[in-house]
Amino acid sequence: MTLNSKLGYLTLAAGGGLLALTGPASAQDAAPAAAADTAFVFNTLLFLIGGFLVMWMAAGFAMLEAGLVRAKNVSMQCTKNIALYSIAGLMYWVIGYNLMYSGVDGGWMGTPVPVSIPDPSQDTGDYAAASDWFFQMVFCATTASIVSGTLAERIKLWPFLIFTAVLTGVIYPIQGSWEWGAGWLDGLGFSDFAGSTLVHSTGGWAALMGALILGARHGKYGKGGEVHAIPGSSMPLATLGTFILWLGWFGFNGASQLALGSMADASAVSRIFVNTNLAAAAGVVVALILSQIVYKKVDITFILNGALAGLVSITAEPLTPSPIWAIVIGGIGGVIVVFAVPMLDKLKIDDVVGAIPVHLIAGIWGTIAVPITNPDVTFGAQIIGIVAIGIFVSVASAVLWFILKATMGIRVSPEEEMSGLDQVEIGIEAYPEFGRGGQTL
Amino acid sequence: MKLIIAVIKPFKLEEVREALSAIGIQGLTVTEVKGYGRQKGHTEIYRGAEYTVNFLPKIKLEIAVEAGLADKVVETVADAARTDQIGDGKIFVVPLERALRIRTGETDAAAL
Repeated sequence: MTLNSKLGYLTLAAGGGLLALTGPASAQDAAPAAAADTAFVFNTLLFLIGGFLVMWMAAGFAMLEAGLVRAKNVSMQCTKNIALYSIAGLMYWVIGYNLMYSGVDGGWMGTPVPVSIPDPSQDTGDYAAASDWFFQMVFCATTASIVSGTLAERIKLWPFLIFTAVLTGVIYPIQGSWEWGAGWLDGLGFSDFAGSTLVHSTGGWAALMGALILGARHGKYGKGGEVHAIPGSSMPLATLGTFILWLGWFGFNGASQLALGSMADASAVSRIFVNTNLAAAAGVVVALILSQIVYKKVDITFILNGALAGLVSITAEPLTPSPIWAIVIGGIGGVIVVFAVPMLDKLKIDDVVGAIPVHLIAGIWGTIAVPITNPDVTFGAQIIGIVAIGIFVSVASAVLWFILKATMGIRVSPEEEMSGLDQVEIGIEAYPEFGRGGQTL
Repeated sequence: MKLIIAVIKPFKLEEVREALSAIGIQGLTVTEVKGYGRQKGHTEIYRGAEYTVNFLPKIKLEIAVEAGLADKVVETVADAARTDQIGDGKIFVVPLERALRIRTGETDAAAL
């Protein structure tokens, strides 16, 4: 049976069910209605499946960060990750979604009011309204996840969470409205398919401002400018986190097609899966080979960052590249990691997990690369978008970080930093019975 | 009585234990230790930054024997632990004044 006739059979079957429910109606009337119903169902399913895959990326970030911080800060990192996901989930309902999508009309922001979810009998359109809210919410949460890794091991919990609330409720939705909310940037022809700039660079800019204002971890940089490595506690957890993020990315990019109601959409989603996987694989292999050549030893954390940089690079345009271009775009993400991580250290910007190279720099690269494979997009529009969002997010984040620093302080004391945030702010160490944990003999 | 303290490479522990069993040594205490000698530490690399590991992991053995056995034990440990590479470790022999088996109250040679 061909795919065509399979789809025809499904449509007829769905039509039969509809007839039984709606009572007397001719089969001729029911068939188009049933086709629309089928598209509604498949579009909604794409949002729901893509949405829970992206939700699971929060677990990926949590494990990646738990593995790349020292054992004395692991409970804190886990706390921040589940808290920020939840704060994003609430803020994006309270004001975020409508600030991003309601009444933007080519402008600079929408209307900050809570989201109303329609009664199922009134839910008309191309997909269920609630599935769209859920899918957009998890993207907002991803932006917040990016910030926590960079600032790990020295930032206080509560100012970080306040920053998260403003980032997810205000900063992310406003810049998102410019493009995905059909605002001014969309009118200019800027293109960012799944969010290399809107999600990843936005998180990256917020993280960069935080790192500059917060300062480096105690002991990271010596007086003579030498860099002291601070190895993470668990490479298995960091690897698991990366695999979880990689899996989640099929929802992130694939479901950003926003429709699965036709064969063309199904084919597009599938092509996006292939390009997404090729880009991540290329990021890994390039980081693997380059770290061996440059440092004479393979560094697992560079490889993990390479996968994520490949994924971020392909996120701005995962549909139009040929497989070869997907490999090139993702592979350059791997190059960015191996050279940008030591470059940030030279500038004494302490990024614990490499979120700035992976999300900010690879996000910029991915956005600039869109016109290479998508003839409808210009380099000029891409650069305007990157710069405008970069300036807005950086200034808004810096102002917020400075206010938090001046009012409640954002950094723990040097002594507390030495003891570890688990003891100081959480009260439970991640591994009390292992290593130097308090319960070992 | 003598107490023989040997610091060896961790992967040599099983060979040393087998060699000591073969010459009739009945007891042995093992501790995981860290330190350095002429081997010094070594450098590792993490995220593009080098760092020095100053204290290397070693295994410390403590063996209490009658004085007449000490030379043979020293020789056995040295033979089993030797790789001819730097960092093979050291052996110290110190006098032992008393010994007591807690369960029976036996002392000195009878307690070993």
